[in-house]
Amino acid sequence: MAKRIAVDPITRIEGHLRIEAQIDGGKIVDAWSSSTAFRGIETILKGRDPRDAHHFTQRFCGVCTTVHSMASIRAVEDALNIQIPDNARLIRNLIMGIQNVQDHVIHFYHLHALDWVDIVSALSADPAATAKLAQSISNWPLSSVTYFKGVQDKVAAFAGTGRLGPFQNAYWGHSAYKLPPEANLMAVAHYLEALEWQKDVIKIHAILGSKNPHPQTFLVGGMAIPVDPNSQNAINADKIAYIRKLLRKARAFVEQVYIPDLLAVAPFYLDWAGIGGGVGNYLSYGDFPMDNSPGTGSLFFPRGVIMGKDLANVMEMDEKKITEYVTHSWYNYSKGDDKGLHPYEGETSNNYTGPKPPYEFLDTDGKYSWVKSPRYLDQPMEVGPLARVLVAYASGVKEVVDTVNFVLGKLNAPATALFSTLGRTAARGVDALLLAQKNEIWLDQLTDNMGRGTLEVFNKEKWDPATWPKEAQGFGYHEAPRGALGHFIRIENQKIANYQAVVPSTWNAGPRDAAGQMGPYESSLIGTPIADPENPLEILRTIHSFDPCLACAVHVMDGKGTEIVKVRVL
Amino acid sequence: MKTDLEVTPQIPEEILQRVEARGISRRDFIKFCTATTAALALPITMLPQVARAVEDKRPPVIWVEYQSCSGDSEAFLRANQPTAGEIILDLLDIEYAEVIMAAAGHQAEKSKHDAMEKYKGQYILIVEGSIPTGADGGYCTIGGQSAVEDCKKLVQNAAATIAVGSCATFGGIPAAAPNPTDAKSVSELVPGAAIVNLPGCPVNTENLTATIVYFLTFGKLPAVDRLGRPQFGYGKRIHDNCERRSHFDAGQYAESFGDPGHRQGHCLYKLGCKGPETFHNCPTIRYNEGTSWPVMAGHGCIGCSEPGFWDTMSPFYRRLPKVPGFGIEDTADKIGIGLAAATAVAFGIHGVASCFRKGDAMEEDKVVKED
Repeated sequence: MAKRIAVDPITRIEGHLRIEAQIDGGKIVDAWSSSTAFRGIETILKGRDPRDAHHFTQRFCGVCTTVHSMASIRAVEDALNIQIPDNARLIRNLIMGIQNVQDHVIHFYHLHALDWVDIVSALSADPAATAKLAQSISNWPLSSVTYFKGVQDKVAAFAGTGRLGPFQNAYWGHSAYKLPPEANLMAVAHYLEALEWQKDVIKIHAILGSKNPHPQTFLVGGMAIPVDPNSQNAINADKIAYIRKLLRKARAFVEQVYIPDLLAVAPFYLDWAGIGGGVGNYLSYGDFPMDNSPGTGSLFFPRGVIMGKDLANVMEMDEKKITEYVTHSWYNYSKGDDKGLHPYEGETSNNYTGPKPPYEFLDTDGKYSWVKSPRYLDQPMEVGPLARVLVAYASGVKEVVDTVNFVLGKLNAPATALFSTLGRTAARGVDALLLAQKNEIWLDQLTDNMGRGTLEVFNKEKWDPATWPKEAQGFGYHEAPRGALGHFIRIENQKIANYQAVVPSTWNAGPRDAAGQMGPYESSLIGTPIADPENPLEILRTIHSFDPCLACAVHVMDGKGTEIVKVRVL
Repeated sequence: MKTDLEVTPQIPEEILQRVEARGISRRDFIKFCTATTAALALPITMLPQVARAVEDKRPPVIWVEYQSCSGDSEAFLRANQPTAGEIILDLLDIEYAEVIMAAAGHQAEKSKHDAMEKYKGQYILIVEGSIPTGADGGYCTIGGQSAVEDCKKLVQNAAATIAVGSCATFGGIPAAAPNPTDAKSVSELVPGAAIVNLPGCPVNTENLTATIVYFLTFGKLPAVDRLGRPQFGYGKRIHDNCERRSHFDAGQYAESFGDPGHRQGHCLYKLGCKGPETFHNCPTIRYNEGTSWPVMAGHGCIGCSEPGFWDTMSPFYRRLPKVPGFGIEDTADKIGIGLAAATAVAFGIHGVASCFRKGDAMEEDKVVKED
C-alpha cells in the first residue's frame, strides 16, 4: 500500500524546503521538491544603480554569503568590460576560497552529520575506544581519553537536564544509524570543535571584507579593502600574518579532522554509494582564476558539462543552452507555461495557485514550487561540489585527479561510486581540501605584489556611470559552495533594466519540467529505502547531501505580475 | 586595568560552583558575564545580578525564520562571548531553530508546538525575516501553515519577542520598493506586542546576547528608542563614534577607493558613507569578535540598521546630500527631520519611497556641482 508523506520544514538547510514522497514497499517511488517561500528581490533591483546590485543580491543568502556579491560584480564588470587589478582577483579568491572551506565544514558537521551520527549513542561510548579510534586516523592533538571523557560528561550533563533543545524529537536510535558508539562520540566532539573553528577562520572575511555574514568590501571594478604595507588602515604585514595564521588553522582542521572523519565514517555507509544518484548530468561554470588574464582559461576548476555520467566526454559549457521552465512553478509565461525560456529572454509573473494555507499536501499534478526548473540542452543538471570535482577530474586537472583517487583508494571504491549521496558528501570534502591548500598560494601572491609596491585594488576607469554605454548586458559566473551560479544583468541608461539569477539550488531543487522530467532532488530520492515513514531520516540524508539553499533559489522577479521583460543576447 | 581575578569575588562562589558542576569553566563564565555587563553599558557592580540571571535558567527560546536569508542565524553561530556552543548547551534552551535542529518535518513542528504550549507566556521568541502578507499567505509557508498565522500565534504567546536583523525589524529587503510580497515587520504584523528590534544586516550577535541577558537580569526588555531599538546598541550615531571622525573634522577624505587617502584611513563620507545618518554601535563592538566593521575595512556604512535603508540610503555610493551639524548628544528620537523621519514614512508606502528617491537625485546634482 503506497503512502504519501510530507517533510516540511526540511531543517538544517537555508530557507524553506518541503519534500513530498510516495513510499511503496519500503522505498520511495515518487518525489516532489517544493520551495515554500518567495521574496522577489530581482523585481526590487529594477531601476537601481548597477553598482549597488551586489549589496542587494548578497542578501539572497546569508549562509553562502559573498557568493551573490561575486556573481553580481562579475556580471556588471562583464557588461561594462572592466578589468580588475590583480590584487582584487587575489582578495576575491581568498574570500571565495575560505567561504567554500568554512561552508563545507559547517555543512558536514552541523547540517549533515546528524543524519549519520547518533548523539545519544555517544553517551554509551568508551572514551578510551574513542581516543584509540581518533589516534588511529589522525594526528589531531585533541584525541586523549580525558578529552573525550570531558566531551561525553558535558553532553551527559546537558542530556541530564531533560531539556534537549535543538536535539529533541529527532531520530536517535533509528535503525539506519550504523556508527559504533566510539565513532559517534568522536563525531560529537568534532561537531563542537567545528562550531568553534568556523567562527575563527571566517575572521578572514572580517579582515578582508569587514564582517561575516555579509561582507561589505566588494566593488564593481575591484575591492574596497585597501592594500598598503605602510599603513595601519590597510592590508599590511600584520594583517597578512593574521590571515596566514587563520588559513593554516583552516587547512589543519580540514586535513586532520574533516577528511579523516569523512574517510572513517564513509565505510559504515558504503550502501549510500549506490543510493541517491539522481539525474547523472553535471554542470560547472568553473572558478578561481589563477592569473589575471581575461577569459576562463586560467580557472583552477575548469568549466564544463558532463551528460549521462560519461566521464570520458566533458563538453564545453555554453550558457546559451540554458532554459528555464515554469510548468510546475508558481509563475506564468506569456506564450504558455510549457515553453522553456533562456534567462536572457526570461519572463516571470508570479501567480500562487497552491492550496490556501494551512494545507496538508500540495497539488503536485499542477504547480507546486516557487523554484523554476532550469535545464541545459533541455536536460536537468546537478550542480555543486560533485559536479565541480567531476568536471575537473574528467578534464584531467592533476591535483583534483590525485585527490579524488586518494579518497576512492581509501574507500576502495570505483569512480562510479561518486554518482551517489555518499559521492556528493565525499566530493564536498575533496573540494574543501583543495581550496584549503590553494588559499595559501593566493595569499603568497598578494604578499609578493605588496612587496613589489603593486597596491591597486580598484579600477576606477568605469566607476562614473557617465562613461557607460547606453545599453549593456553581462553574465557573472561563480562556483559557489553549492555549485554553478549565474547572474545576468541588463543595464540601460545607467540603471538596472533587468536582473536574473540562476543559482545552484534552482538547478538542484527545481520541480518537474514540461516534459515531466524530475529535478535532481526529486530524481535522487527515487529508490531510496525508507525504514520508517514516520521517521524519514533517509530523505534527509540525500537532500542534505546537496546542501540545499532555498532563499537563494527563489528570488525571481516581478511580484505584481504585470511586466514582461525580454532581453536579447548581445 | 581590572583583570578577571580582581572581578571574580563579585560573583558569588556558589554560582561559580554550580556553573562548574555543569562543565562550564569558571573563567569562561566570568568572561562572558563581564563582557555582557559591559555590552549592556551596566556598571560592573551589576556583575552578580548578570551572573545570577544567566546561571541556570536556560530560558526556553523559539527561533523562527520567515522571509530570511539565514544571515542572522549564521551571525548567531559566530557568537563569541558566549560562543554558539555555550549558548546552545549552557545558556538557552533552544526548542526550535531550523538551521541547527536535528529534527525535521512534523517532528520539528511538534517541538515548536509543544514549546509554545508548555512555556506559554514564558518563552523568548526570536524572529528572523519579514512576513509576507500577500497571496493569502502563499508567499511563505512552513509545514503547510502560513508565516502570517505562525508568527502571530508565536508572538502572542511569548514572554517577549526579539526581532533580529533588518527584515524582521523593519521589513528589510523584501519590503524594499516595490515590496512585491507585501512583506511586513513583526511589529507591523502584531502591533502592541512586547517586541524589541535589533536591526542590522545581519544583526550583530553581541547585541542579541546582550538583549537576552538584559531580559533575564531585569525581567523586562531594555529601554528602546521610538523605533524599538535598545538604547545600549542603537543610541548613538556611527558618525559620532567613528574611528575616522577626526579625519572628517579635519577635512581629510578618501576621494576614490584605493587612493592614498583611502589607504591611510581617511573619512569615507565622499565615497557614500551613511554613518552620519545611522544609529548603531558598529564602531565600538565591531563584528566577528571585534575584528572589523565596514568603515574599518575601507567601505562606507550602508545604513543597514535604519528602517527602509534599501530605498532611502541607496544609491549607496552617492554621498549623503547634507550632513547636518548634529551634536553628539542627538539621538534618533530627537532628529525628527532628515532621513530618519523620511524612512519611517516611506516604510510600507511604496509611492513615498520612490518620490523620496527622486528628490534625492536632485540633491545629488548639488553635490556634483560642489565638486
